[in-house]
Amino acid sequence: MLNRFRLEFLSRSENVRLARVTVAAFAAQLDPTLEEIDELKGAVSEAVTNAIIHGYGNSPDGVVVVEGILFGDAIEVCVEDAGKGIQDVARATEPEHSGDPERLGLGFSFMKTFMDEVKVESAPGQGTRVIMRKQLATRH
Amino acid sequence: MVEFEKTGDVLVAALKGEIDLHVAAPLREALDRAIEGLAFRHLVIDFRGVTFIDSTGLGVLLGRYRRVAGAGGTVAVTGLSSAVRRVVELSGLLRVTKEFGSRAEAVAVLEGGGAGA
Repeated sequence: MLNRFRLEFLSRSENVRLARVTVAAFAAQLDPTLEEIDELKGAVSEAVTNAIIHGYGNSPDGVVVVEGILFGDAIEVCVEDAGKGIQDVARATEPEHSGDPERLGLGFSFMKTFMDEVKVESAPGQGTRVIMRKQLATRH
Repeated sequence: MVEFEKTGDVLVAALKGEIDLHVAAPLREALDRAIEGLAFRHLVIDFRGVTFIDSTGLGVLLGRYRRVAGAGGTVAVTGLSSAVRRVVELSGLLRVTKEFGSRAEAVAVLEGGGAGA
């Protein structure tokens, strides 16, 4: 492990950007491409938005934790909430499974497109932890 | 977040900045107000000022697409940078809208009544 950070913030929509920018700045240590940075920001945005909307039902008083770890030329990002948890993880991570007709239900699809691996640990009442990993084609 | 410009019966919605959960509700309200308050038929979404958009932002746009298309109008997009294009493509919005190289071109074609160009 080369480096690690941990960021905690309230489940407020203005903090989604904070999470994106923090992970991007952290990943910059490995000199990724602009496209890789955009993909990381996209994946983080989806995971944090899910924590706020689904984990905490849009309550602004929950705590979201974002952790990043650099391993060689890969980054692992973990987004965790202590919210309501997911009953059926497999079904929840399928596209178009969204309670809201205006949210596309594509959050997990986008995460899986942008990252190499996405793991979800969750159970009802036990919060949710999304662990994502991406190999970066660093230019070192 | 969004600026509007109307030419004939074409409304241009020029998006600006980062379109995520934080601006989703105000953006939805602004677009719905424009849809209800202004007499227009076709909508051009100009992405030139967008620096970031995720599935939440795209959900708002897809919802407005359905409203305009449902009323018989055409929705077009323009100003997609390569980063924004990828996400817009993944959302499926490009499958149901026409893309133009510029706002002016989009407006001219839609105003001319042509959904085909």
